[in-house]
Amino acid sequence: MSRSGLEQASTGSVPGGVGSPARARIADRTLRTDRWWVQPALTFTLLVIWLLYALVRTVSQRAYFVEQYHYLSPFSSPCLTSSCAPAARDFGTWFGDFPPFVPFGLLVLPFLLGFRLTCYYYRKAYYRSFWLSPPACAVAEPHSKYSGETRFPLIMQNIHRYFFYAAVIVSLINTYDVIRAFRGADGGFGIGLGTIIMLVNVVLLWTYTASCHSCRHLMGGRLKHFSAHPVRYRAWTFISKLNTKHMQLAWTTLGTLMLTDAYIALVASGALSDWRLIN
Amino acid sequence: MSYDAHFRVWRGDAEGGELVDYTVEVNDGEVVLDIIHRLQATQSGDLAVRWNCKAGKCGSCSAEINGMPKLLCMTRMSTFTEDETVTVTPMRAFPVIKDLVTDVSFNYAKARQIPAFAPPDLAPGEYRMQQVDVERSQEFRKCIECFLCQDTCHVVRDHEDNKESFAGPRFFIRAAELDMHPLDTRTDRANFARDDQGIGMCNITKCCTEVCPEHIKITDNAIIPMKERVVDRKYDPLVWLGSKIRRRTG
Amino acid sequence: MAAEVEHFDYDVVIIGAGGAGLRAAIAARESGLRTAIICKSLFGKAHTVMAEGGIAASMGNVNSHDNWQVHFGDTMRGGKFLNSWRMAELHAKEAPDRVWELETYGALFDRTPEGKISQRNFGGHEYPRLAHVGDRTGLELIRTMQQKIVSLQQDDEKESGDPEARLKVFAECTITELLTAEGGAIAGAFGYWRETGRFIRFNAPAIVLATGGIGKSFKVTSNSWEYTGDGHALALRAGSTLINMEFVQFHPTGMVWPPSVKGILVTESVRGDGGVLKNAEGKRFMFDYVPDVFRGQYAETEEEGDRWYTDPDNNKRPPELLPRDEVARAINSEVKAGRGSPHGGVFLDIASRRSAAEIMKRLPSMHHQFKELADVDITAEPMEVGPTCHYVMGGVEVDPDTAAATGVPGLFAAGEVSGGMHGSNRLGGNSLSDLLVFGARAGIGAAEYVKGLGDERPTVDSSVIDAAAAVALAPFEEEGGENPYTLHQEMQQTMNDLVGIIRKAEEIEQALVKLEELKARAVHLTIEGHRQFNPGWHLALDLRNMLAVSECVARAALLRQESRGGHTRDDYPEMDPNWRRKNLVCSLEGSGPSAHVKVVEQPMVPMREDLLALFKRDELKKYLTDDELAQLPERSES
Repeated sequence: MSRSGLEQASTGSVPGGVGSPARARIADRTLRTDRWWVQPALTFTLLVIWLLYALVRTVSQRAYFVEQYHYLSPFSSPCLTSSCAPAARDFGTWFGDFPPFVPFGLLVLPFLLGFRLTCYYYRKAYYRSFWLSPPACAVAEPHSKYSGETRFPLIMQNIHRYFFYAAVIVSLINTYDVIRAFRGADGGFGIGLGTIIMLVNVVLLWTYTASCHSCRHLMGGRLKHFSAHPVRYRAWTFISKLNTKHMQLAWTTLGTLMLTDAYIALVASGALSDWRLIN
Repeated sequence: MSYDAHFRVWRGDAEGGELVDYTVEVNDGEVVLDIIHRLQATQSGDLAVRWNCKAGKCGSCSAEINGMPKLLCMTRMSTFTEDETVTVTPMRAFPVIKDLVTDVSFNYAKARQIPAFAPPDLAPGEYRMQQVDVERSQEFRKCIECFLCQDTCHVVRDHEDNKESFAGPRFFIRAAELDMHPLDTRTDRANFARDDQGIGMCNITKCCTEVCPEHIKITDNAIIPMKERVVDRKYDPLVWLGSKIRRRTG
Repeated sequence: MAAEVEHFDYDVVIIGAGGAGLRAAIAARESGLRTAIICKSLFGKAHTVMAEGGIAASMGNVNSHDNWQVHFGDTMRGGKFLNSWRMAELHAKEAPDRVWELETYGALFDRTPEGKISQRNFGGHEYPRLAHVGDRTGLELIRTMQQKIVSLQQDDEKESGDPEARLKVFAECTITELLTAEGGAIAGAFGYWRETGRFIRFNAPAIVLATGGIGKSFKVTSNSWEYTGDGHALALRAGSTLINMEFVQFHPTGMVWPPSVKGILVTESVRGDGGVLKNAEGKRFMFDYVPDVFRGQYAETEEEGDRWYTDPDNNKRPPELLPRDEVARAINSEVKAGRGSPHGGVFLDIASRRSAAEIMKRLPSMHHQFKELADVDITAEPMEVGPTCHYVMGGVEVDPDTAAATGVPGLFAAGEVSGGMHGSNRLGGNSLSDLLVFGARAGIGAAEYVKGLGDERPTVDSSVIDAAAAVALAPFEEEGGENPYTLHQEMQQTMNDLVGIIRKAEEIEQALVKLEELKARAVHLTIEGHRQFNPGWHLALDLRNMLAVSECVARAALLRQESRGGHTRDDYPEMDPNWRRKNLVCSLEGSGPSAHVKVVEQPMVPMREDLLALFKRDELKKYLTDDELAQLPERSES
């Protein structure tokens, strides 16, 4: 979304909304004087960059694995196709060769994408920045009809908790990948910068997953009497604290996912050699 | 310390109106409501504005300042530069009555639709509740009913036709408050939120939370938990399957 | 031409939608009567929401020694024995039931570890007694009753299809006149919709006044614009009487800076939870201001006072928790002696006494208020506070059991607008319980009165309506008259400076001269604009109420030659037991602009013996005359 596009949304009144006959007659779609368009524009730009990066990287089918240290990019994990490097197939070979442009992580990527797409934070982010519904608070949206999340396809947002369950499984796989990445050139124990990056990434992924609103609900939020469930109350209290950082974690993990993949790509393609701490 | 500020205040009624320019004195430590009162006392005695407590506790003086829904009494003049024009309009989601006063009866009508607290079968004085159990609902009972959340919510602000089927953030926290009340005996509050309050219309873009002068976490602590409770009952395939089987056998 | 007037018939009309009004409405509706609630603001915005500390009720949840007798004693002591003892008795006995009842409406009070309603300490209360919700108890009370009313309307909707069949709220509506039939009985009320300016008339045999106080007559006040003494003035004009009007409570801790919020309340809970008052020299000056009547009941050293918070059974409470009048006077003296804070108050310090987390937990809205309004972080720095006009103990003279106003059949009053309950000074926390106890009694009292009438309902002639309309429209007729805002400011300044916290005869006389002048000028007011939501017009109409009430305060203050509770005379600094035996009763003589306030002495009814027996003889010595003491029966304890 360009700035001019957003600004278009701020001129001319909306007949069914702030321009309705009984309301105060004010022509402007908003009277906000601050730079309210910065946030949606920034969100839009960053998400588009990330999506393009992820698309290019996954369809390229290249530089996703460093065999020497067992660094497997989270975008291609688990690798279950015979197109994949044999050493990267920790969970076996479930499929034959993938044609070009089909991401190796095909089996789990939809779940990961689904988890983020139905996430209560990302929903806010893209409803505001992509769909301008609304672009910012007290700025009239350009659509004349609105039904929210009551109809298909948006009613599907309600299945977020199943994506959460899937995300837990994927996080377990990612964790396994990190354990495998504690590997030296000789096949024994080793730690490199790649290991640390992968470790940081997976810790943050766990935090993001645990801070999810659905998780908060399932852990304790659905209870009526906390006092009767002290352990779940403690869990809920802890997750509630994490949950206040859900937005920050959502962005940070996009960053660490990209960083992890980029680092592995650079090492795998030979553009960079891994900085080794131990072995 | 005092200076002359430039104000633009919307004057008019349902028939029409416009932003009127004023130059008015501002003193150290004042809030926007003080300036509106000064306009009343010195320049236009009939300028209509609602206010009561002047301390952010009654939620009467809701309006929009430079386009943002705010309480006039809680917006300090020191947040503006001296050469900044301050624009004050009535809330734009509700029908206007006069000047800064709007018809907020929509909210009272919605309040009347929510089933009231359903008391347990206990004598007065016999109620026992734990502090940890009442705290969640207490957060929502901080609400001062300024209706700024209702004003900023694009579901009704931008779509007059949604007013019929959508209760708005203020009443989602009421629904959550009752559903989380340790002694409320109703079990159908989540269904009510979905079927009668239109909680599915909310796309959690969080403007209600942004404008809440009581800093109630409307979205995170009330709307999303209520949406999840709706999921428990309506969209959880296991529950759905269970209820189908029960209906068949029952 | 007769003015166009909208017309409604009800059994009971309740004027005011604060705690007392709503409780009365619930009682009247539950008695099966058609009830109207009239409020000047929107429904749920009443000034009751400002009450912070809590509701005093001797439930004994925190300290099991508490009971109604102790509460009664504290109330009488706080009021310096000038209270209507029967009201104080009913209040102490019924408060717990009224609080428990709120829970059945859905209220969520803070809890004790056993899950009961938590109770906190407050000035003048011997035990932790105030049921509370953080520091927003008043909001909880209003919201709870508002929601109860909605639930009653839902019941009616189920039954008849019309939610407003038996209980309707008339929001943003002001009553300007009570209508009385020949013989003086209530026949209805006349007023206008604020929104449109159109007139409205109620035919109703019973009216409950629940309009709150008179604070807007003073410049520095914690009260909102609604507190213009409407109920007091309506009662006077209808022929009823006001008592104790000289007793105006100045809350010791109002904000003093910034100027726009000067007067806004800083809850007493700050002190109840450990906050202390310090002067510019950093001294806890309250230890120097414990009056003789309270000596022995308050700590004499800072160490003992500090120990009391954790061990109240073995220590005496700190003098910061003296009744409000004492603390307000002490602050006033410190400021006058040049030991005040930069903006003319003193320091209230909780930052150095409690952890930031604890302050945030117990005083969230105070933190919010100072942060947003004064940019002061109370967890890190002291607040600046000073006295602010907060409450009027005086009000409509009522029958304690039914809340029926004196002299006007069908008129009832409850809450701040009624007089007698609090004597010369109200204890914190006793206001919310007063609203509930006497709100309920007034609702029932009105219902029984109406049922007793049968089909014989008083009526008024239509000329009365035309006259009321003409009075209301007068400010639009006048040209070249004065601006009501100017008059209001002059009156507030006069009352604040001359009939304020410390009074003397010459100053009160000056005030009376000024009030006469203002009354004459108020006849010629000019309003711009039209009748639709016009604040200038509204103020012009409220002004005559404020002037009448101010005159009552000033005349009664001049007459009472002693210092007691909320009435301090510089020229009569002592409390005089002979004055304890007298109430001052205000009535209105004449009508229209020439009406003036008359004040007469009226002897108090002596206290019932079993109630008197609750006090030690030593204590009674401080309040009773020698004659009365001589007549006291001998008791073993003394």
